[in-house]
Amino acid sequence: MTDPEDRALTWSFNRRAFIGGAAGTVALPLVAKAAGDANTAAVAADLSLPVDVTLQINGATRPLNIDIRTTLLDALREHAGLTGSKKGCDHGQCGACTVMVDGRRVLSCLTLALTVQDQPITTIEGLSQGDQLHPMQQAFIDQDAFQCGYCTPGQIISAIACVKEGHATTDGDIREFMSGNICRCAAYPNIVAAVKQAAPAVSDEQKG
Amino acid sequence: MRPFAYSRPTDANSAVQALSAAASANSPVADAAIQALAGGTTLLDLMKLDVMRPSALVDINPLSDVWSAVNLDGGNLKLGALARMSDVAAHADIQKNYPVVADALKLAASPQIRNMASLGGNVLQRTRCTYFRDVSYENCNKRNPGSGCAAMDGFNRTHAVLGTSGQCIATYPGDFAQALIALNATVEIIGKSSARTVSFAELHRAPGNSPQIETTLMPGELISSFSIQGRWPRSTYFKVRDRQSYEFALSSAAIALEVQDGTIRDARIALGGVATVPWRARKAEGLLKGEKFDDALASQVAEAAFEDAVGSKHNAFKIALGKRVVARALHQAAAMEI
Ligand SMILES: Cc1cc2nc3c(=O)[nH]c(=O)nc-3n(C[C@H](O)[C@H](O)[C@H](O)COP(=O)(O)OP(=O)(O)OC[C@H]3O[C@@H](n4cnc5c(N)ncnc54)[C@H](O)[C@@H]3O)c2cc1C
Ligand code: SF4
Ligand code: FES
Ligand code: FES
Repeated sequence: MTDPEDRALTWSFNRRAFIGGAAGTVALPLVAKAAGDANTAAVAADLSLPVDVTLQINGATRPLNIDIRTTLLDALREHAGLTGSKKGCDHGQCGACTVMVDGRRVLSCLTLALTVQDQPITTIEGLSQGDQLHPMQQAFIDQDAFQCGYCTPGQIISAIACVKEGHATTDGDIREFMSGNICRCAAYPNIVAAVKQAAPAVSDEQKG
Repeated sequence: MRPFAYSRPTDANSAVQALSAAASANSPVADAAIQALAGGTTLLDLMKLDVMRPSALVDINPLSDVWSAVNLDGGNLKLGALARMSDVAAHADIQKNYPVVADALKLAASPQIRNMASLGGNVLQRTRCTYFRDVSYENCNKRNPGSGCAAMDGFNRTHAVLGTSGQCIATYPGDFAQALIALNATVEIIGKSSARTVSFAELHRAPGNSPQIETTLMPGELISSFSIQGRWPRSTYFKVRDRQSYEFALSSAAIALEVQDGTIRDARIALGGVATVPWRARKAEGLLKGEKFDDALASQVAEAAFEDAVGSKHNAFKIALGKRVVARALHQAAAMEI
């Protein structure tokens, strides 16, 4: 184990070396704070300082102060206290982190939080009306469409989008357009059944 | 992931200014210290893996208003570089007039990724070579020039059989690029002081002795759009992979035919999953022109397409597979009802 004081020294050394290096190579008038602020010129900033980011999550405005590198997934889970969206791979390979941004399903693990500040975000926590589950949530329960449940929040968000995109007309279509959500427990047949069960209600919701 | 400075310019000029700020004329664009951020599905993935280490990101998404247009006027096709894969794949006129474009996009990645990913970012995606993606391997000439190639004596089942060099055998992983190269697309590029148009076939560079240089783009340059002349209703994209969906190609073929009274007037073939760069099979195409299509011709063309292929320890199966993919895709295109 490294002695804490040593560690502190190493850290401050690396940090200073990095900032020095960065200031030398990046002759850009960029500053972390300029995030939402187009074309803003400013002096070189300390990139390790957190930035202010405001997200619109499930209809609520959530001001956060986060590291510039924070993904939307980490912002939701670690900073906004919304742990429904899951981290399976963190590399775009599983779909467990699927959320809606501006009505489109996307992977929150490959989205930087500060890039989606003006767009409405919907997570699994935003689907129910009080105690009334969303029809897709209810369908997953009715059809036994999960075992461990880890992939389920991503599956449900994706399933709603799948119906709204018009891709829930046949079993084959559902399988293809749900293929971005991997289920390690292989609940696939039940997931297809759940999407079919909820499809009419989700289409109505879209029309109405 | 390493920290980075972030900016979000709202017009193309400011974007190229920001991107050129630290551009040194000779450094390959893939290693540039300042990277454009579009959908982020390649860039953020590789930054998390520490394979790409930009010190600044220029978020070009505000340019989407102008750069995501899809235009089919005058019998040609123009696709904005910030158009999203899903939107272009779902475009009814593209499905009808350029099925190879719609199919190549639809069969790529997943619905979520296609919603995020831009066409410009798509053609510039990096190889999926596992040794390239894992920085614990020292020897990767692409990531670490001069260090050797771990894949050559390693596990190379998914690697390329065409366009390889003694330095690198990494496969170009994308699908859409095969449609573009088959249809003789051009790429519109803007830089700090000027704009230029190049043939899509000139965008990517085979590995040769410098696998770290993947394209002819210079740092600071942005792709603004892709253009295709004419309509290609008899065209298709056929893709074989380890699983049915959400997977890169082991072997794929983009085919476009122009048939008049049963005779093939023009033919285009591009291969995916088997080559180091988007790959046009020109010699094989030549065999089709002026001929009537049949089984024997399809086999002959498929043989020609892989004539120069060289397998490594685990990927020689791609040569046999690739030929079948070409023959099958040709049949598919020939049988299309236009
Ligand atoms: C799990 C997974 C599976 C996938 N499967 C497939 C598949 O089957 N087939 C397939 O084709 N792809 C597949 N992909 C790759 C995916 O399609 C690409 O990551 C995506 O298209 C990249 O686009 P983007 O907008 O997200 O690019 P970004 O990640 O934003 O950018 C990629 C690179 O291009 C540069 N760039 C972006 N736009 C421009 C521009 N306009 N001008 C100049 N430079 C620019 C960036 O600076 C960066 O270096 C898969 C990806 C993942 C994660
Ligand atoms: S094949 Fe290319 S990318 Fe893969 S390890 Fe070898 S040099 Fe690196
Ligand atoms: S956690 Fe985002 S795709 Fe796996
Ligand atoms: S229910 Fe366990 S991963 Fe899908």
